[in-house]
Amino acid sequence: MSIVTVERKVLEKNDEIARRNRALFSSKNLFVINLVSSPGSGKTSILEQTLEYFDHRVPVAVIEGDVQTDFDAQRIARYKTPVVQIVTNGGCHLDAKLVEDALRSLPLEGIRLLIIENVGNLVCPSGYDLGEAVKVVVASTTEGDDKPLKYPAMFQHASVLLINKIDLLPYVNCNLNALKANALKINPTLQVFETSCTTKAGIAQWCSWLEANLHT
Amino acid sequence: MHELSIAQNVLDIVRQSVPESELQDVRTIRMKVGMLSGVVADSLEFCISAVVAGTSLSGAKLDIELVPFRIRCRACEREFANDIGYVICPECGGVETTIVSGRELQVTEIELDDHQKGRP
Repeated sequence: MSIVTVERKVLEKNDEIARRNRALFSSKNLFVINLVSSPGSGKTSILEQTLEYFDHRVPVAVIEGDVQTDFDAQRIARYKTPVVQIVTNGGCHLDAKLVEDALRSLPLEGIRLLIIENVGNLVCPSGYDLGEAVKVVVASTTEGDDKPLKYPAMFQHASVLLINKIDLLPYVNCNLNALKANALKINPTLQVFETSCTTKAGIAQWCSWLEANLHT
Repeated sequence: MHELSIAQNVLDIVRQSVPESELQDVRTIRMKVGMLSGVVADSLEFCISAVVAGTSLSGAKLDIELVPFRIRCRACEREFANDIGYVICPECGGVETTIVSGRELQVTEIELDDHQKGRP
């Protein structure tokens, strides 16, 4: 038997393209977030609320990732915001190459904030760097309060947690304090916002945080 | 379930590390997979076996070393392992901790059967 020593990261190719994306974002003074969550927790609704709140005062562009359909891109296009839809055709996450390709058809001049909405999935997207500045994870109250313990990798890689659908708290089996405590056990540095896209609670605070992080 | 694309990345690395004429001699691909890497070892083994079937790498099998999730507390400087991803120090309650291991996803070694070496 002979041994070849390799010591190579399996995702090195993705990481290399992510570095390229990050350099491009930095050269264009773009603040980029990677929005992740399980399906149905409200990523697209939060995006819509964010666009409505900024009302073109902050120029935003959007990359939508979905397994099938361009429904989400259609929702975003109503806000007269530049948007590109990536359809992964079964793929469970976005990778840096898909984002790099999508960037070619997205006009970035004058854009300050790029929001990448990942495929709804709390497992696979955690391993793939897209070149973003921060990962923002959405957990909704209808999913219960133990999601951070069941999917720790995603909560560890995120910088911000949006607890969405807080207007439904009286009707669902979710202890808000337990949800926060569980998330902070996994990642004590998480910045937490409580939001509702129905009552618009917390949207202003979330958007202020975004604005404070835009590059000058 | 992204183990299939991970499996393809693993085989790309093998093909780049071993000369084409020796791919058929690859027996073991050694990997380190962290408990919090987001990859399921059994699925990855299954996907590798599916992807190598009928290729020059059909004799290759995975040997996965599962790496536990470990943190080091910056306050009391002790190290702890847990399999759920807690990063708060169980001893002193410190939240300033460093993740020591558990996120690995790498190919470490490739083992080749060299019984055919020297044959014409």
